[in-house]
Amino acid sequence: MGWAIALHGGAGDIPRSLSPDRRLPREAALRHCLQLGVSALQSHAHPLDVVELVVRELENHPQFNAGKGSVLTTDGTVEMEACIMDGKTMRCGAVSGLTTVVNAVSVARLVMDKTPHIYLGFQGAEAFAREHGLETVDPSHFITPENIERLKQAKEANRVQVIAQQIDYTQPIKQDEKSEVLAATGGSGDSQIGTVGCVAVDRDGNLATATSTGGLVNKMVGRIGDTPVIGAGTYANSYCAVSATGRGEAVIRATVARDVAALMEYKGLSLQEAAAYVVGERVPQGTAGLVAVSASGEVTMPFNTTGMFRACATEDGYTEIGIWPTEQE
Amino acid sequence: MGGWAIAVHGGAGVDPNLPLQRQEEAKRLLTRCLKLGISALRSNLPAIDVVELVVRELESDPLFNSGRGSALTEKGTVEMEASIMDGTKRRCGAVSGVTTVKNPVSLARLVMDKSPHSYLAFSGAEDFARQQGVEMVENDYFITEENVGMLKLAKEANSIMFDYRIPLPSTCSAGAAAANNPIRMNGLPISVYAPETVGCTVVDRQGRCAAATSTGGLMNKKIGRIGDSPLIGSGTYAGKLCGVSCTGEGEAIIRATLARDVAAVMEYKGLGLQAAVDFVIKERLDEGKAGLIAVSNKGEVACGFNANGMFRGCATEDGFMEVGIW
Repeated sequence: MGWAIALHGGAGDIPRSLSPDRRLPREAALRHCLQLGVSALQSHAHPLDVVELVVRELENHPQFNAGKGSVLTTDGTVEMEACIMDGKTMRCGAVSGLTTVVNAVSVARLVMDKTPHIYLGFQGAEAFAREHGLETVDPSHFITPENIERLKQAKEANRVQVIAQQIDYTQPIKQDEKSEVLAATGGSGDSQIGTVGCVAVDRDGNLATATSTGGLVNKMVGRIGDTPVIGAGTYANSYCAVSATGRGEAVIRATVARDVAALMEYKGLSLQEAAAYVVGERVPQGTAGLVAVSASGEVTMPFNTTGMFRACATEDGYTEIGIWPTEQE
Repeated sequence: MGGWAIAVHGGAGVDPNLPLQRQEEAKRLLTRCLKLGISALRSNLPAIDVVELVVRELESDPLFNSGRGSALTEKGTVEMEASIMDGTKRRCGAVSGVTTVKNPVSLARLVMDKSPHSYLAFSGAEDFARQQGVEMVENDYFITEENVGMLKLAKEANSIMFDYRIPLPSTCSAGAAAANNPIRMNGLPISVYAPETVGCTVVDRQGRCAAATSTGGLMNKKIGRIGDSPLIGSGTYAGKLCGVSCTGEGEAIIRATLARDVAAVMEYKGLGLQAAVDFVIKERLDEGKAGLIAVSNKGEVACGFNANGMFRGCATEDGFMEVGIW
């Protein structure tokens, strides 16, 4: 037994052709956040503080889909959500619909610590954050040129999907139409990226998880994904702590995070087995990934998408930073 | 076994001093809703349609805490939430922060069927409702005089709770209520708690399970507070094996992922429906007070609660029917 930490910057259709100028900064960020978390654990910080710290750092990084750098709603705005949970006490906090608060995960922490509630949304959550003096900024702070472009492509893909439905399938698709459809629906590939998260366990088996996101690109205003739904994108109990990412709607239906823990608890599976089963069998291919740690210091980071930005470390010195499946997988 | 089964609830945690007349009213409403569902099942309506139909009926009646008759926020307004789940493919829909839609459960259904998402909230949910042309009303349609009174008592009870140096004046009804009635849920004396979230779960003759839950939430809640009812896996769940709808202390239900756990325990531990229900109520709720109704794809029905009572009704195709409170 020893401490362990894992974090992710989103699972999705991350193309292997991702250019260095997009890949390297993210790898560096993962490395930096991992180090932050490891130092905190080595200084005996409580896992709740560790996951909040790491997720705040990921939220501040503009190239991940949380906080600054969040993907945009169909109206071109940002609506952020986050969740945090403590495995030992099962206390939890969640927020949705934040538009001006710099660190959504810290609002979720306050909901958990300072209210008798678990989940606050939209104007109520914003008002609460303000009451408690959390840092707020103009909504434009969170919007990046990359995401304006992603939204444009997503809207274009929708438009083309509509046209594709009108094509007469009894006739062979003309070559130029087909490539237009493929190009538009494939997009830059990484428009599926969602969510950042962190899970940690200390030497005493205290577990915690936190997840934060801007959601789905081109989402309807008011759309809530899996991140703030306890048991879907985020969950921790005395067995493990889990943070999931991917297509929110799929993660909700499969109650991904809860199921990893339930398989350990009710079927006696190991962390690795439980996580692999959920990602392999309970959600459609290409829709999800997760990071998880167990009370005994194990770590696992399965995903069924092309890639998942991820990093982990355990007290016995193991470290891993990656984007695509490693050779053994 | 096999055949259809249906269960409805109107909330867990009942004021032991509830006047007999109110108890009778509640039983009549539950019976009426049960019969509505039974008749639909006999006409072979699929489970997902039956749960929506029944919950709409519960929402429209001002008696329980959903739709008309919802508990009030700290500002005296109504913010409703609901969720619905179709066990066959585990499709689901949910809404929160609904203020002008007459039947939140139907909006949740539309989110499931007509949107690319599973959960919409606040102004986004209202915009979607407008686009879909659902019936919309002013927020005060949902507000009842009784709940305005309850809100006042809840505020008094909260302020009393926080200052123990002040002796309870005997004229204060909330104080008297608290003194006579030590039962509290979510921090409020049971008499003002308004626990009556509503829900329905059904399995049809084809063995398809579905569940739906709807509520106004916690009396005197903070604006924007979301409870368990719209959270898939917490207040509502339906899969191949069963359908579940929960009610009670929302935060406790969320921590326990109560609805999902009934199904998980059946799937992963191989327990039968009643055993699964008993297990989660006993093991998963620690100090929280809650209840749930459940049906299995084999045509069984079960309910469980650790609160002092739960408004409920259930029936199966072989003629069993029961409506109860305690």
